[in-house]
Amino acid sequence: MGLRVGIDLVSIDSVEESIRVHSTHYLGRVFTSRELRDCRSPGGAPDARRLAARFAAKEALLKVLRVDDEAVPWQTIGVSADRMGRPSIELTGVADELARRRGVEALDVSFTHEGPFAAAIVVAQVREAR
Amino acid sequence: MNGDTGTVIRRVLREHARLPVDVDTLSDDADLFAAGMTSHASVNLMLALEDAFDLEFPDRMLTRGVFDSVASIAAAIDELTTATDGTLGPRGSGP
Repeated sequence: MGLRVGIDLVSIDSVEESIRVHSTHYLGRVFTSRELRDCRSPGGAPDARRLAARFAAKEALLKVLRVDDEAVPWQTIGVSADRMGRPSIELTGVADELARRRGVEALDVSFTHEGPFAAAIVVAQVREAR
Repeated sequence: MNGDTGTVIRRVLREHARLPVDVDTLSDDADLFAAGMTSHASVNLMLALEDAFDLEFPDRMLTRGVFDSVASIAAAIDELTTATDGTLGPRGSGP
């Protein structure tokens, strides 16, 4: 049994720019419908800070999975938080299959945003270190 | 590589990839991630390329290797724009 860790940092203004320039093309390609529902400002607009944190979590997960040149659509990595703000990560499709191949038995995630950046860390328990 | 394709790719890189270096100083084979392109910037690059070339990168092409150089991007675009089986063609041309 071993542990793997991945970390990622995302500039919030780059997410704001993506929303401004690419709008639904960006949002629909990268985020799940739940993520988009969860990450809305009180006025209903996409909240770039929370979306940036979720994107960082997706990239941190890819580092944990040690993705070389496998294609892993971002939407197969779902990041959510419960009512207490405790985050979790759910894999589907290609990401789920890759995690199984890599021996991942459990995942945990934490993310934060402060000032111009959002960051996330993902820890995986794996059957064996590879 | 088609010259026009390379020119458009470099324009899109200049406008969307947030590279800390002048894209014209990079060779076609230069590693864009090593040159400072972040993973999030590569998403913007992909979306802008889809708009510029009116195509959609299929899931199987969402790899680091496809977007890590001007040459690899051009090869992917060439594959997509010359596909004849109806599954990889320009946006909206699928079955």
